[in-house]
Amino acid sequence: MSGLVMPKADEATLSRRAAIVAALRDIVPGEGVVDAVNEMRAFESDALTAYRQLPLVVVLPQTVAQVSRILKYCHDNNVKVVPRGSGTSLSGGALPLEDGVLLVMSRFNRILEIDYPNRAAIVQPGVTNLGITRAVEHEGFYYAPDPSSQIACSIGGNIAENSGGVHCLKYGLTANNVLGLEMVLMNGEIIRLGGKHLDSEGYDLLGLVTGSEGLLGVVTEVTVRILQKPATARALMVGFPTSEEAGRCVADIIAAGIIPGGMEMMDRPAIHAAEDYVHAGYPLDVEALLIIELDGPAVEVDHLITMVEAIGRDNGATTCIVSQSEEQRMVFWAGRKAAFPAVGRISPDYLCMDGTIPRKALPGVLAGMRALSEKYGLRVANVFHAGDGNLHPLILYDANIPEELAKAEDFGADILRLCVKVGGVLTGEHGVGIEKRDLMPEMFNETDLNQQIRVKCAFDDRHLLNPGKVFPQLHRCAELGRMHVHRGKLPFPDLPRF
Amino acid sequence: MTVFTPGTEAEIVDAVQWALGAATPIEIVGQGSKRGLGRPVQTEHAVSLAAYGGVIFYEPDELVLSARAGTPVAELEKLLAENGQSFQFEPMDYGRLLGGPAGQGTLGGLLATNLCGPRRLKSGSARDHVLGVRVVSGRGEVFKSGGRVVKNVTGYDLSKGMANSWGTLGVASEITFKVLPLPETETTLMLRGLDDEAAARAMAIAMGSSGEVSAAAHLPANVAGRVADGALGGEAATLLRLEGFAPSVADRAAMLRKLLVAAGDIDAVSGAASADIWRDIRDVTPFADGTERPVWRVSMTPMEAWKLVASLRMGAAVDAFYDWQGGLVWLRMEGDPEAEAVRALIAKYGGGHATLVRAPVAVRASTAVFQPQAEALAALSRRLKQQFDPENILNPGRMVAGV
Repeated sequence: MSGLVMPKADEATLSRRAAIVAALRDIVPGEGVVDAVNEMRAFESDALTAYRQLPLVVVLPQTVAQVSRILKYCHDNNVKVVPRGSGTSLSGGALPLEDGVLLVMSRFNRILEIDYPNRAAIVQPGVTNLGITRAVEHEGFYYAPDPSSQIACSIGGNIAENSGGVHCLKYGLTANNVLGLEMVLMNGEIIRLGGKHLDSEGYDLLGLVTGSEGLLGVVTEVTVRILQKPATARALMVGFPTSEEAGRCVADIIAAGIIPGGMEMMDRPAIHAAEDYVHAGYPLDVEALLIIELDGPAVEVDHLITMVEAIGRDNGATTCIVSQSEEQRMVFWAGRKAAFPAVGRISPDYLCMDGTIPRKALPGVLAGMRALSEKYGLRVANVFHAGDGNLHPLILYDANIPEELAKAEDFGADILRLCVKVGGVLTGEHGVGIEKRDLMPEMFNETDLNQQIRVKCAFDDRHLLNPGKVFPQLHRCAELGRMHVHRGKLPFPDLPRF
Repeated sequence: MTVFTPGTEAEIVDAVQWALGAATPIEIVGQGSKRGLGRPVQTEHAVSLAAYGGVIFYEPDELVLSARAGTPVAELEKLLAENGQSFQFEPMDYGRLLGGPAGQGTLGGLLATNLCGPRRLKSGSARDHVLGVRVVSGRGEVFKSGGRVVKNVTGYDLSKGMANSWGTLGVASEITFKVLPLPETETTLMLRGLDDEAAARAMAIAMGSSGEVSAAAHLPANVAGRVADGALGGEAATLLRLEGFAPSVADRAAMLRKLLVAAGDIDAVSGAASADIWRDIRDVTPFADGTERPVWRVSMTPMEAWKLVASLRMGAAVDAFYDWQGGLVWLRMEGDPEAEAVRALIAKYGGGHATLVRAPVAVRASTAVFQPQAEALAALSRRLKQQFDPENILNPGRMVAGV
């Protein structure tokens, strides 16, 4: 990916910069337009910090009408637009373009309505994920998807990425918890999808837009499902001599009809890094550690803990500790939640990958990763959303050593190829962005990709919204519209044929 | 009329290519169990997926099942049940409501109509459980999307895009679904004699509790007697289903009884007796009366929906019952479907959508069967259709006249 090529900046747009800034100031008066280089620095990357680019100009609208006017102006004047929420994306989805307006939604930060009887909250897209829970927790409610960046990431960004989190095993991804949206299309039109009611009257546009990485429209209002918090939650920490046994334990738990609130696995390097950092009491003599959280009524949690303990024993667990207090449960999680910074302590730099595999493929993929680790001469630590097969290999490298970033990226690409080979996918929750853009052909052929781009064409036929992300090549919509049917020339012209 | 019955994906491609070449539209159909639903399609030719069935893989440990689009849903449900699993979205069966037999329908039809059931409000519909698809587009090309894993954000989710598209975007060839273990047990709590408004309030309290209610329905007095062979008697019944491990269900039932003490006496049924009630609610058995009297399926904000019914009752004879905490209303009209009145009231009470799921064919041809969309959204839907089926050959007019 070090060879990442972004679309060539349009000289005509660059030369019109002053006029574009003036037009945006006309739409968003005051401090809502940022064009000074030193002030734009804050926006030059998202959480994939290896890539940086100053935008043409930054605009921070406050109203839907402003968003609509900005997009319409850019549409009519052929100016590219990159939407951005809190900038916590791990795949470069919000990386600015030199010739693109960066549309920052952070001033859309109000909670508009909380409706407990209908279990819905209507919020602006700049509200943080955790901000929704904070607004409803005094009534015992919460918003279930919990990406680890939840304190900072915005709900608008969650929709762009279809964010998951530890709890999505039981409670679903963003796509399963969003009821409705208001969004602005690139031509400035405002549409509404869904609402407090369920399902849609026509095509599932809500499903297409969720996870579309800011390429289809700009979300200006979100209606989400809020749930009553489970009455209790307890966690188990279960250690195994091999990852095979841990994987088997995960499969048996699910086969028994138990869907834990969270089920995480760490491998030996991750366990050691985390234990050195937070002293959570993790066993250091195991190859794989599961942290399993069960939530629900106390009676149910107690019942399930007994079942899970037995399943762990049957699969050869050498350690099994059940949390006896809320403090202990938090300690169990502290190590897992600190895994990334913990790895950051033992290596100057690391790359966080994000593939998903069928659970049964775990031992083989871990073995493959060990072989790749030797081949590249780089260490790798694994944390794993075990219940849903979502792997986060952390590749350790040192950016000060020439070529080591490129080597780490090649290693990462090989891991993702391995994920696809065993029936998995390139990204489980971080998105394609720029990071995995050029790997898309590993998973999709040209016909598959062209059909996805045709969806883009229905929303944004000039490819002005966030170009250069997700798709290795953006074919022109007119070109994709051509049909290649050999009319009248059929292989078997006789009817009926089947 | 020619009916193509492809037996391979390549033959589906051939059929679509033929239609493109002949510039003639085709009806896409499985077993035809939902032909009476939606706008009637008038084409000279049809492609039937009924012969393109079969499980591709089913891995109970991995909670994943993949099958060809023409596979009968009943066959898959049987296979899943043998392994203690099910489609958690509880797909309904329109058969008897539409005057046909029960137990018909294919996997392709299930996704194309985005089926679901009473568990919708907790577990979602088909669109929430589909993991991947292979599809022949209206361009006569095979594309795939998604995969076989739950956590996947690689590219646009065209699998969801196929949900509720009624065969107008493409012909699904292979479909992969997430499946889940069946709950160990179920119990239904029954509040009796509540009016619609009080029932909506009681259901909101239950759903807003930590009781993990998996279904909440209200059957007014004239409907309650028409489920489970009259087991509920004639008094209005507000029903709350609890599912899971036995100790948990018992505990949650006790909690809800306390919480709803003001709503009066609470009865309970468990096991098969409970399942019978929910099957009839799911399949709209109270309105499966062998007639073609218009039936609406209305999705609204739960606390608003009873107002729609109350308003309609002032002007016309309607029969109604509620699922999804009150947010799903099944309405049976006496004569005219009253489409404009129904939709005006939906707009008045918080919005939503109404689908005319049963009516004589002439009425369906002249009524907007699906909820009309605002112009910008309708235009976007047309552009999407155009990108999948530029020659408008797949099920033309099935959802919207002229598209």
